[in-house]
Amino acid sequence: MLYAILCYDSEAVVGSWTKEQDAAVIAKLDSVTEKLAREGRLGPVARLMPTTTATTLRKGKESIVLDGPFAETKEQLLGFFVVECASLEQAIETVKELGRASSSNGSYEIRPMRLFRPGSAAQ
Amino acid sequence: MTSVAWIDAALRGARPQAMAALVRCFRDLELAEEAFQEASLRALRSWPANGPPRDPAAWLIFVGRNAALDGVRRQRKQRPLPPEEALSDLEDAETSLADRLDDAHYRDDLLRLLFICCHPELPATQQIALALRIVCGLSVVQIARAFLVGESAMEQRITRAKSRVARADVPFEPPGPVERAERLAAVATVLYLMFNEGYSATGGTAHVRATLCEEAIRLSRLLLHLFPSEPEIMGLAALMLLQHARASARLDADGAIVLLEDQDRGLWDRALIAEGLALIDKALRHRRPGPYQVQAAIAAIHSRAARPEDTDWSEIEQLYEVLQRLQPSPVVALNRAVAVSKVRGPEAALEMIDPLLKELSGYFYFFGVRGALLLQLGRAEEARVAFDRALALAHSPAEAAHIRSQIDRLIRGG
Repeated sequence: MLYAILCYDSEAVVGSWTKEQDAAVIAKLDSVTEKLAREGRLGPVARLMPTTTATTLRKGKESIVLDGPFAETKEQLLGFFVVECASLEQAIETVKELGRASSSNGSYEIRPMRLFRPGSAAQ
Repeated sequence: MTSVAWIDAALRGARPQAMAALVRCFRDLELAEEAFQEASLRALRSWPANGPPRDPAAWLIFVGRNAALDGVRRQRKQRPLPPEEALSDLEDAETSLADRLDDAHYRDDLLRLLFICCHPELPATQQIALALRIVCGLSVVQIARAFLVGESAMEQRITRAKSRVARADVPFEPPGPVERAERLAAVATVLYLMFNEGYSATGGTAHVRATLCEEAIRLSRLLLHLFPSEPEIMGLAALMLLQHARASARLDADGAIVLLEDQDRGLWDRALIAEGLALIDKALRHRRPGPYQVQAAIAAIHSRAARPEDTDWSEIEQLYEVLQRLQPSPVVALNRAVAVSKVRGPEAALEMIDPLLKELSGYFYFFGVRGALLLQLGRAEEARVAFDRALALAHSPAEAAHIRSQIDRLIRGG
């Protein structure tokens, strides 16, 4: 079974780390992910940019594009896509296409990635 | 993760939010600061053992407010208590307080705190100093070092600024839309000044200056959280990120200025650039251009060029033209001329800057550009005169050293 592990923390606090503190955190995490990679268990690893870079699309008859991250508490994270886009404009187009293909209401949050390692977990 | 350094980072992260709520609660900067300090001391005692709380800001507000109220009650005889009705919502519990932090009025708290520090009645240096002290929590020593003044002089400056804003009487009612927009613009201006104070190599060590840039970026991200749909705030944050990304390439080992085209682009911070590009992309989608967005778009073009010769100068020239329309200034015209020199040659650029002489006769950069253009045209005598003027106007050893190297080049060439 593949498991997704989602990371949550206070952006204000994490954003206040010095470069050295940030690097120390990543180095510690790397010691775990490197072990997982050796065991062939590591899939994609991503670090997202701050929520200030996020854009959200609310699905519906008329979809609405909003600045900022997804902020509703009544809906839950169900999945994600990783897509290469030349610009935010293209990302929004892609998301609209997904929205038209999907049959529910809900939202998509578009968030640029700061880091992405594709990984190679055994399927 | 519970050593003092990590707790310090958590306190710094939570500070703006906590101070904003404490200022609303006490309607007094001094009292709010004392309350925050007391809460921080208690955090340093209790967090290492218990681990930091889930919501550090809510914890600090709750503990700080209670500690300050106890203190005020104890000192009732020495110091008059603020009127009971001014101390709002004394009874609510920590949970409801934490819920309220997400409310819209929390946004106004933080904007109010920033606006108090950036009050238009204060001179710019006091605005920056006050914001660094109150919102960012930098020590007086750190701020004094950044401004190259003594500690006691900076202490005085901050005290004066505090009493002046106390008299200025910023209203505590939620602002109307127009007032909110005005406050936002005033705060944005001060953040950019703070950034420039760190960016322009006029004082302090590189490390101290970087702190100002980083704090300005941190506050601009905070503003963006509060106002996620303001393209100019996106532009401001993008501009600062893109410029700060070049920080480690801008000065060489001896502290001399390295021009953009001579910088080692491998030293540019790619993470900051990526974030800046994402933000400017987001801002431009609104089609509501403003000066910060245009400047960020110019910085973005430089960031996208892998080599100096890949720079799209005609795009930059057009953007400067837009900027000149939005915010006419001789400095913008001068920058545009630099872009023109790349597209249409030094002759055309020289023609553009000649009329600026009167307005920019005290501006180091004007004579530096003029000298470089004359040099390109082989007019060595005139270039020498321009460089001499620039040298006399240089503000920092780095600026002077840069002009001297130009003069050396001229002498070697001639």
